[in-house]
Amino acid sequence: MAEAMIQTRDLRFCYTDTEEVQPVVLDGVDLDIQEGSFVAVLGHNGSGKSTLAKHMNAILLPTGGKVLVSGMDTADEALLLQIRRTVGMVFQNPDNQIVANVVEEDVAFAPENLGVPPEEIRRRVDDALKAVGMYQYREHAPHLLSGGQKQRVAIAGVIAMAPRCIVLDEPTAMLDPVGRREVVDTIKKLNRASGVTVVLITHHMDEAAQADRLVVMSSGKIIADGPPKTVFQQVDALRAVGLTVPETTGLLWELRQAGLDVPLDALSDEECAQALYQLLTKE
Amino acid sequence: MALKDITLGQYFPGNSILHRLDPRTKLLLTVAYIAALFLAGGTAAYLLLLAVLGAAIAVSHVGIRSILRGMRPVVVIVVLTGVLNLFYTPGEGDPLVRFWVFRIYAEGIYAAIFMVLRILMLITCTFLLTYTTSPIRLTDGLENLMGPLKKLGAPVHELAMMMSIALRFIPTLIEETDKIMSAQKARGADFDTGNLVQKAQALVPLLVPLFISAFRRADELAVAMECRCYHGGEGRTRLRQLRYGRNDVLFLLGGAALVALVAALGFFGL
Repeated sequence: MAEAMIQTRDLRFCYTDTEEVQPVVLDGVDLDIQEGSFVAVLGHNGSGKSTLAKHMNAILLPTGGKVLVSGMDTADEALLLQIRRTVGMVFQNPDNQIVANVVEEDVAFAPENLGVPPEEIRRRVDDALKAVGMYQYREHAPHLLSGGQKQRVAIAGVIAMAPRCIVLDEPTAMLDPVGRREVVDTIKKLNRASGVTVVLITHHMDEAAQADRLVVMSSGKIIADGPPKTVFQQVDALRAVGLTVPETTGLLWELRQAGLDVPLDALSDEECAQALYQLLTKE
Repeated sequence: MALKDITLGQYFPGNSILHRLDPRTKLLLTVAYIAALFLAGGTAAYLLLLAVLGAAIAVSHVGIRSILRGMRPVVVIVVLTGVLNLFYTPGEGDPLVRFWVFRIYAEGIYAAIFMVLRILMLITCTFLLTYTTSPIRLTDGLENLMGPLKKLGAPVHELAMMMSIALRFIPTLIEETDKIMSAQKARGADFDTGNLVQKAQALVPLLVPLFISAFRRADELAVAMECRCYHGGEGRTRLRQLRYGRNDVLFLLGGAALVALVAALGFFGL
């Protein structure tokens, strides 16, 4: 039984600095993320998904309820550094997370902060850059890299900290399709090969479909939770909160509405084609 | 406006003996050289310093052309200094040239030549420092050399961190400025015509979005740095340790010898 990496218990959050209206951003979120899993959090703008992410390594503290990272309460300030090195965070804009003007110096930033000995830093930096496929660029200046490459450097910078969990807050939002694929492939590889727990915040269906588990948020609440195949079958519920479903599911759903007998859980292109093939050959 | 041509603290990657020296050695040598320049009084001392500088340029593989290109912004100051020295140095003998209120004495010509040489040599030697040292190494070196000031409560680490982040964001902000300018040109803004005042006024709508974006970036960067466990300079280690090698010792001894020699030459009035 895998240990719970991140637990939220009745997590509530609202911004208190606004004077009159205090919109509730998170409204009682209960979530258990198992160690080693790959969880995607899907939601529309303003659904609270980014706010939820910021609670996972104590950038924001709950106004109600609790967040436990590997059993540590994020409200306990004495544990802050311990929590931050357990859960790494990657943000949307790669330009604003890169600290140094040489790739490898940037990747070394976190271990330097943690006081890791120089030889160990060198080893970690090389391993992290190899893990994201950026080793040959180690002496480059970050501003000359493409968006996808910069984001992979940012991911390497987090891996070098040796966290057990990585939270990525819309890491592909500013990237072109090629960059997006590079980043998503890197994330998947990290999860499969090194067993790092991954929480991917996104509003792209096709990225969310690649996770083991999909959590859908709307208005600060979890409205669906389960394997992508099951979640995407709730087409009506997803459309009600302004989300679309992957094109494959959408197509099968329309066919079903028309009275044809097709399964709804064929998520990948191949599975969908197979389902259609079976439908056509049955006649 | 060619924003991409800005050569602030430019670094030419390379593997010459100067590139491989410890940044602290290069910083100390630069200080020593400048000190020697101000100690130098006579022709012999200047020739010696010029020879040393020439040798340094030769081994740095930087190329005289890059240095000359870097000189362009300071030409006005150098010329002005030369002219002022030429006319305002009083001499003892008869003036060599006299017209209207101006008198030029032999001493004035010497003073002008030496002053111009001194400025040019000073600039060249600092160019050699920044051309052969990456900004990060330079910052590391400065932080290390200033280390003793920490005991007096000076925020040495914080200053070094600010400097390296500033250097990191120069290209990003230049890129952003270009983008904002293009966006405003597309909507009819005019940055190129008009007199100086009009040009300056055209920059105001450029600076506002640039500042807002810089503040947003700073905020995001601060959060990202905290997420990577940044908590000040305490207990921090470095990927690249600064280490004095054999060459560093030799160069530092050479620097000390140079200062001593120039001082001795000055003592004998050469």
